[in-house]
Amino acid sequence: MPRVVVDVMLKPEILDPQGQAVANALPRLGVTDVASVRIGRRIEIEFTGEPDLNQTREIADKLLANPVIEDFTIRLAEDGETVDAQP
Amino acid sequence: MTARVGVVTFPGSLDDGDAARAVRLAGAEPVRLWHADPQLHGVDAVVLPGGFSYGDYLRCGAIARFAAVMETIVDAARAGLPVLGICNGFQILCEAHLLPGALTRNQHLHFRNRDQVLRIESAGTAWTNAFQPGQEVLIPVKNGEGCYVADAATLDQLEAEGRVVARYVGNPNGSQRDIAAITNSAGNVVGIMPHPEHAVEELTGPSLDGLGFFTSALKHLVGTAA
Repeated sequence: MPRVVVDVMLKPEILDPQGQAVANALPRLGVTDVASVRIGRRIEIEFTGEPDLNQTREIADKLLANPVIEDFTIRLAEDGETVDAQP
Repeated sequence: MTARVGVVTFPGSLDDGDAARAVRLAGAEPVRLWHADPQLHGVDAVVLPGGFSYGDYLRCGAIARFAAVMETIVDAARAGLPVLGICNGFQILCEAHLLPGALTRNQHLHFRNRDQVLRIESAGTAWTNAFQPGQEVLIPVKNGEGCYVADAATLDQLEAEGRVVARYVGNPNGSQRDIAAITNSAGNVVGIMPHPEHAVEELTGPSLDGLGFFTSALKHLVGTAA
């Protein structure tokens, strides 16, 4: 069954100290051409029946993201994009 | 009659014991409330203690907000029940939309654990009426995600309505406008990041300043019952 992918990102105006810490570590890898790094969260949802995007939107708005500080996007996973967890 | 103050225990709460102790030292009867029990057992006020409810999974307080007891507390708080959220409890109050804004990762990414001077900005709330406006108090702060953020309009509104309850004197985590505690428009719900329940005894605390938050609630209850 296809999954729904929810991406949650901090709003652009919210400081992302984790992203900054990663960006600051990159020169130690010899990478010097990165302007910024922002860290978010990806959530995959598998419904028992057909994927329900409206339901997903409600889940994302009420629980997965905090609209005060975060934005989210929702899409259906493409074929082969997600891998089932091993039992 | 002795006031009954509920202290909620969520899975992962840490400071429920200290909060109950502070309630008792302030002269009230602590009543332990359980996250999965929607009943408030007739308490006159509620404390949401510090800790890491539900392992802080997803976001701090995001899952605790949906606990059975929280649904009852949200309704009761809207009807005027005094509620104090400390640290993780503050995060839960924001996630439950009883207070505006959010608590995010400390700007410097370090967990901050120290005795902290606060300036009481509003003595008009159910939890700070024992203080004088401008009074400085010393209570411990200990958090990794205590950086208070809100949009500029919300911050301006909080300031204009006198709802910034306490500010840090020496900001430990990057909180906007040095905000350490805020209240709702009715003044019965207060969220505070530092820990007044850890400053109630000479043996263990840096001061006894924390007691004032709990005695304030008792004073408030006497006033509203009269």
